[in-house]
Amino acid sequence: MKRDLKRSNAPIFWSLFGAGGMLAALIGPMLVFITGIAVPLGFVLPEDAMSYPRMLAFAQHWIGKGFLFVVVALFLWHAAHRIFHSLHDIGIHAGAGAKFACYGTAMLGTLVAAWALLAIGF
Amino acid sequence: MNAQNPRRPYLRPMVGWWRRNPFFVEYMVHEATALFVAAYAAVLLVGLLRLAQGEAAWNGFLDALRTPLSIGFHVVLLVAIAYHCWTWFVIMPKTLPPILVGGRRLTPAAITGGGLAVAALASLALFGIVWGMAR
Amino acid sequence: MADIAETRKRIEIEVLRYRPEQDTEPFLQTYELPFTDDMSVLQGLQYIKDELDGSLSFRWSCRMAICGSCGMMIDGKPRLSCKTFLRDYYPGRVRVEALAHFPIERDLVIVIDDFIDKLESIKPYIIPKTPRTLAEGEYLQTPAERDVYEQFSSCINCLLCYAACPQYGLNPEFVGPGIMALLHRYNVDSRDGGAAQRMEVVNAEEGVFNCTAVGYCSEVCPKHVDPANAVNQNKTLSAKDYFLRFVRPKGDCR
Repeated sequence: MKRDLKRSNAPIFWSLFGAGGMLAALIGPMLVFITGIAVPLGFVLPEDAMSYPRMLAFAQHWIGKGFLFVVVALFLWHAAHRIFHSLHDIGIHAGAGAKFACYGTAMLGTLVAAWALLAIGF
Repeated sequence: MNAQNPRRPYLRPMVGWWRRNPFFVEYMVHEATALFVAAYAAVLLVGLLRLAQGEAAWNGFLDALRTPLSIGFHVVLLVAIAYHCWTWFVIMPKTLPPILVGGRRLTPAAITGGGLAVAALASLALFGIVWGMAR
Repeated sequence: MADIAETRKRIEIEVLRYRPEQDTEPFLQTYELPFTDDMSVLQGLQYIKDELDGSLSFRWSCRMAICGSCGMMIDGKPRLSCKTFLRDYYPGRVRVEALAHFPIERDLVIVIDDFIDKLESIKPYIIPKTPRTLAEGEYLQTPAERDVYEQFSSCINCLLCYAACPQYGLNPEFVGPGIMALLHRYNVDSRDGGAAQRMEVVNAEEGVFNCTAVGYCSEVCPKHVDPANAVNQNKTLSAKDYFLRFVRPKGDCR
């Protein structure tokens, strides 16, 4: 083992990965079903469940805003961490560049989500 | 005697390592579910932007969700994210210290089953809340 | 021996050879030999060395899956050759190669210096919580306290988990599964007080976060140590240490 061991900052990204992965595991499939299949088809849920007035009210409420932010942000950070490691697994060791591309995208998505949710108002 | 060191250790290349074993192929598949988690987050993000742009933009987004292409895409997302859910809880026992219940260790199967049960409950609760709000 | 050759079934063993003084790179050499249903792959290699080709080099010792010397890739999977049987591959050809992810010294012999260095670095011995004299007598430990570390103490240093771990193959600086199992074995032993000293290795860039939970290490472990569990438990412990270090400073963590 090298004598001069440097502490890794991986815990930050790993924790976000874990939180996002747990959230996606608990409610991911049902969210996809509701928003992408059930409501658009009017299957077991009414077609107007995601109407503009309803969605606006949801996103303007602090609970709805918080929920939407947490889902989008954590899913992105989970994916960024896993994709970064998968690139390494398939032989792409672009180091800092790949790290910046993956986590940078997650950060960008997080900021855009925050901006959109603020723009939606209260 | 030859003063040169005769040792010449040979390091084999790692190229194609995951294709050589079905265990690793499955590993790459469950890691790849992250692409679909990212894709769904992107869909939600686009939705948030459309919502912020007003009613006409949001209705355009809803129209897009109703297309066969979108429905088909979401079916693919559903399968991938459901596989993520399954493999997440199969791996979970590996990440936990021993959990004692009634003096005996919980088996990996019990931990996986417990996790999947919580996911099922959370999913049902989510559905219930949405159904209740949509009435 | 002619007796045996006439009456027994025959099997082909294909071995990855490498003689550094005469080969530029490894190559496959096939041997055909008689075998019985009770013969291990190790016994097959021993027949080859005794009767067919004395130049074949490989490590072995106890031939009963406890010394950890005879680890090799058998049909692409990390196995102890003394615990793998020719009958399970017959009539197919058995491919035997040096353990993956390690440099090949010669034939089936690998360079294990990296493992030994790492083993020394994690202080694999009980570090008492407080200095203790012989007069104080033996440590007392309950069955429950022993259960927490017992499986990790079963490690025979066979290195099959390192051959299984693609992250070690991709980055040999990674501390790896077996060492983490041994580190964890001491950290959670109620007699030990040295966890803080070992955390530096866990938290380092070469530490536990190189692991991506492939889990193959635990699949191949012949002693059911479950090194994946040791590594992944320590991710949580390391993260806790990372985030709480300013709240509860321990002095020696950078």
